[in-house]
Amino acid sequence: MAFDYDKYIRPGKLPHIWCPGCGHGIVMKGLIRAIDAVGLEKNNTAIVSGIGCASRLPGYMDCCTLHTAHGRAAAFATGVKMARPEMNVILVGGDGDGTAIGGNHFIHACRRNIDMTYIIMNNNIYGMTGGQFSPCTPTGAKASTTPYGNPDPAFDVAKLAIGAGATFVARGTAYHATQIDKLIVEAIQHKGFSVVEILDDCPTTYGRRNKFRSVIEMMNRLKEVAVPVKAAEKMTPEQLEGKILTGVLHKVEKPEYTAEYAKVIERAQAAK
Amino acid sequence: MEKKLPTIEIIEKYCKGCHICVEFCPTKVLEMKGFVASVKNLEACIKCMQCELRCPDFAIKVTP
Ligand SMILES: Cc1ncc(C[n+]2csc(CCOP(=O)(O)OP(=O)(O)O)c2C)c(N)n1
Ligand code: SF4
Ligand code: SF4
Ligand code: SF4
Ligand SMILES: [Mg+2]
Repeated sequence: MAFDYDKYIRPGKLPHIWCPGCGHGIVMKGLIRAIDAVGLEKNNTAIVSGIGCASRLPGYMDCCTLHTAHGRAAAFATGVKMARPEMNVILVGGDGDGTAIGGNHFIHACRRNIDMTYIIMNNNIYGMTGGQFSPCTPTGAKASTTPYGNPDPAFDVAKLAIGAGATFVARGTAYHATQIDKLIVEAIQHKGFSVVEILDDCPTTYGRRNKFRSVIEMMNRLKEVAVPVKAAEKMTPEQLEGKILTGVLHKVEKPEYTAEYAKVIERAQAAK
Repeated sequence: MEKKLPTIEIIEKYCKGCHICVEFCPTKVLEMKGFVASVKNLEACIKCMQCELRCPDFAIKVTP
């Protein structure tokens, strides 16, 4: 049978608002398949976002959902998880939401290692507001605010997450659709803060300014740029020039925040 | 033995005409008809499901 996405989508919400060929829809489908594969109960699963095109995702999901303020998904999600540690908490959002205005919340959620999964849809741009550059816009790329080319170096989201202390970090792309749910399944099952960066496309505000003549050209770029970590081990630095590693990039076990906080409560009660 | 053909359903009111399913189908089963995708050559379908997986708009369903 074809996969039944309708089971996880709020009735009457489709078609969604995303532009033709926008990868956010591909990511949402991967997330749905992952939720189904892990067997998460809709009523015990919170999907939390900030603001942006990517952050519109929870509105379509028939789960417990929170659409919050720009960049603040991690803060609200942390509140949900602290109050209800038994809940599955999944954050979703864009590169602008997560690494610009929300960068601070992002790194501290990583540092705390709180048991949540964060899916960051990196289309290298502020899509919703018309294509201003984000901290993930590549050097030299054009945005509405960098018409002569972006002078800034871009963040490597996965490395940022690893450096800040996330205990599971993976990367996929909107082109490699079969891999998306596999990475999200592993991220959900990992105990601790898990980050899944999905390299995504925004044909409307990024593609047309950066010489991508079609959605297909953007998809082909994702196809060509991605190298699975295993394959990369056998490649020379020259061969890896300009490539981006995909797959599970980092996985370690460390104390989880809600469990550690429960111990604080115990100690405080014993001290009374 | 006669091979069993899949059914490919395209929900036209969801399709935004992005071309992704058409372009990346390995056996060129699909085509664009105006602004929406449509099935051109069902016999060639190898049931790889890639069109269904990649469609950003929940517009294509393949039942193998
Ligand atoms: C406090 C605040 N500042 C600025 C904005 C305007 N704003 C809305 S979405 C957005 C950027 C979204 O970019 P990203 O998170 O990459 O999502 P995308 O649209 O690319 O999916 C900005 C700057 C806002 N809504 N709130
Ligand atoms: S503006 Fe860009 S990110 Fe927003 S829906 Fe359109 S293609 Fe997607
Ligand atoms: S299932 Fe595979 S072969 Fe069949 S139409 Fe879809 S992409 Fe083409
Ligand atoms: S991938 Fe989906 S939205 Fe795009 S043309 Fe095919 S059916 Fe239509
Ligand atoms: Mg973006």
